[in-house]
Amino acid sequence: MSRIKEFNLPDLGEGLTEGEILAWLVKVGDVIELNQPIVEVETAKAAVEIPAKWAGQVRAIFHPEGTTVEVGTPIISIDTDPSAGPIEESTTDALPTPSAASLAAVEVAPAEGAVEPGLIGGPAPGGRTAVLVGYGPRTTAAKRRPRKGGVPAQASAAPVQAAPAPAAPAAPVSPAPVGNGNGQAGGLVLAKPPVRKLAKDLGVDLTTLTGSGPLGSITREDVQQAASATPAAEPLTVAAPATAAASFGADREQRIPVKGVRKLTAENMSRSAFTAPHVTEFLTVDVTRAMKALDRLRERREWRDVRVSPLLLVAKAVLLAVKRHPMVNSSWAGDEIVVKDYVNLGIAAATERGLIVPNIKDAGRLSLRELADAMTDLVQTAKAGKTSPANMSGGTLTITNVGVFGVDTGTPILPPGESAILAFGAVRELPWVHKGKVKPRLVTTLGLSFDHRIIDGELGSKFLRDIGDFLADPEAALLAWT
Amino acid sequence: MAKGDPGVTTRGRRAAPRTKRAATAGEPELVQLLTPEGERIESAIGPDGTEYRADFTDEEYRGLYRDLVLVRKLDAEATALQRQGELGLWASLLGQEAAQVGSGRALRTQDMAFPTYREHGVLYCRGIDPIMPLGLFRGVDQGGWDPNEFKFNMYTIVIGAQTLHATGYAMGVHMDGKTGTEDGEAVIAYFGDGATSQGDVNEAFVWASVFNAPLVFFCQNNQYAISEPLERQTRVPLYQRAGGFGFPGVRVDGNDVLASYAVTRHALDNARLGQGPSLIEAYTYRMGAHTTSDDPTRYRIASEVEAWQAKDPIARMKAFLTKQQIADESFFASVDEQARTESVHLRERVLAMPNPEPVTMFDHVYPNGSPELDEQRAQFSKYMESFEGSAH
Repeated sequence: MSRIKEFNLPDLGEGLTEGEILAWLVKVGDVIELNQPIVEVETAKAAVEIPAKWAGQVRAIFHPEGTTVEVGTPIISIDTDPSAGPIEESTTDALPTPSAASLAAVEVAPAEGAVEPGLIGGPAPGGRTAVLVGYGPRTTAAKRRPRKGGVPAQASAAPVQAAPAPAAPAAPVSPAPVGNGNGQAGGLVLAKPPVRKLAKDLGVDLTTLTGSGPLGSITREDVQQAASATPAAEPLTVAAPATAAASFGADREQRIPVKGVRKLTAENMSRSAFTAPHVTEFLTVDVTRAMKALDRLRERREWRDVRVSPLLLVAKAVLLAVKRHPMVNSSWAGDEIVVKDYVNLGIAAATERGLIVPNIKDAGRLSLRELADAMTDLVQTAKAGKTSPANMSGGTLTITNVGVFGVDTGTPILPPGESAILAFGAVRELPWVHKGKVKPRLVTTLGLSFDHRIIDGELGSKFLRDIGDFLADPEAALLAWT
Repeated sequence: MAKGDPGVTTRGRRAAPRTKRAATAGEPELVQLLTPEGERIESAIGPDGTEYRADFTDEEYRGLYRDLVLVRKLDAEATALQRQGELGLWASLLGQEAAQVGSGRALRTQDMAFPTYREHGVLYCRGIDPIMPLGLFRGVDQGGWDPNEFKFNMYTIVIGAQTLHATGYAMGVHMDGKTGTEDGEAVIAYFGDGATSQGDVNEAFVWASVFNAPLVFFCQNNQYAISEPLERQTRVPLYQRAGGFGFPGVRVDGNDVLASYAVTRHALDNARLGQGPSLIEAYTYRMGAHTTSDDPTRYRIASEVEAWQAKDPIARMKAFLTKQQIADESFFASVDEQARTESVHLRERVLAMPNPEPVTMFDHVYPNGSPELDEQRAQFSKYMESFEGSAH
């Protein structure tokens, strides 16, 4: 049995996690010598030839050229004693026959972890469970010895011995690092090493960015904004496993690597939640008049082709309220408060890749019609996954339309650098006291979170009240305020 | 292996008696006793007028050749082991065998050497089992040997730091009165061209100079400080820097094992006689990567590597031995076979290296332990024993 040996891609240079197969120098069936070069692999540090660890005959090659393979993953299997005759039947069943079949299987679905049919779960030569993927968490789990007097040993060994390989470590490797950040193409890219690391982690190509730092260097913020905007090749974390059922291990737990938009969202939300002291206030408003005003607007000929939604009025309300209370459109900069004369109005959008917050630049200067067009454009671009980094950056105040999910309100968390965010809930027909009588009216609830370092309860309340007043009677507010 | 001292006998029947001045127009000024074509030069004159000669018996010539081949093969095996995931890192000496074997064989038993992390050839010449450093690069031990037993200090990873250690050591040798006779003690410090840009190395030059330390600074100029070429490191040839510090400097063909031997032997003898330090610049080339984590194709061109390939230290020695009929094909075959056997043996022993018990990390911290450390060790042992299947 032990005559068949699998060679795992080693860490070729001090802490690397993956390598790209550049070229196979041998093929299935070749008889090779010890230390004969078998494959060229390119890592983030160097392109190197790997010499054969054993003499013998190449039995299978697990990854085609061009594949990025995680360290620890088997890349080739070698029959170390081919002269001893064919492998016994039972063994052959559990192993790939030396044919193109194994290669083809990989090529069909490389992103799904290249699971070799017939290999997973079956004991491979040498008694170890054959897995083509799975470096990291599972290895650690397997190595951890049980404590004395604890749970029986097989409990922790089970995930390894039992059949389906958890798909989590099989998440496709980001294609980004190849040719990235070397400053080779597109001239010199200025970025500090931690920023380069971040860019690599998030799959952002630095050469495509315009730096906002000193001397045009690329900052952490530039990368983060680009990461949330780039239609990255890697799908949102949860999309990776082929089937949901297959993605759960024997412990009925699934491990999803945190990266991409999810990672960015997590970082931003944690940072904001634990640095800016949030206060959230609510206001329930009768928006019946506003909805009627929208209907009248839709009927006008010049607005016929324009998409008019309640969100448009909310945006207008926010912009007008900001004019009356400019302090809410500000950001906390340590020893000073930066109050902005422009409103880059962020609209939180749920996309297939996750939450992104593109913004409308200088929205306060737009007419209602321009605002409507800008919002339509923003939403469509976001849904198509084509929001540009520029449109992701520099937001000053945000609206999140949780109403589209059918809920009433929430306590939103501020995007980092902003001081106020408004949650717009669902518009419902509810019994409401109107002119002294209970009547069915269209009612919504607004939730405003603000940064208490800058905005006190009085200012926050006035701002929210003004938004509510506008939505209760937009025409009167327009007449009174503008 | 005892080598003949320079200038003892002349091998007139083999070597065309001619003397080569180090300063030849167009060529780098270096001391050379064996050309890349395998032609023997009788003697060479250094920049300060010193005449260098090296005469060996046939047996010694063959011994040097064997050293070169074995050292290269063992080094190649270590590189392969790294590529196969069995070593974490390896710094190959490929191309620098002659500088290391020549200087290493020039050392006398009482001489002390301070290596970098690439002196596998010197280590071999000092009689240390080549497996010793591999534990360090495999991450299973500290790569330890007894520096006093072999008169070969530990590998030093910090660039240039060992030149200061060597200077202090050499000052001690001098103060202990172990210099001044023909059997005196000398010290050699190895470093590379990149290290010459370090403050440490320049400080070592100053101290060794003013204290007249019996020290040979042996710089293997392999042309690159990782990726930084020599012209970005210095405006003058490195050996000329010695003059500014007040001791002699000489450039030797580092791919010429005979010249490397002769120049080092001369410098060591000066040191042991109490005449102070000197600098040897062994002009050579790193044929491989800086370490296995490096990709030299990113910063040097193939034609440059090819030009140096033509100056290969082993090829010229082989040509010389063949031309002079000092060795024949069966000898070369036997050396190759020995190299193969030893490298396979080395591989087997590396693969069999046991993983260390975690508790051994408390060993070798203090010679006789310490109460605090003993307590930590006890606590850690107890913790390890709380796992099932623990050996203790």
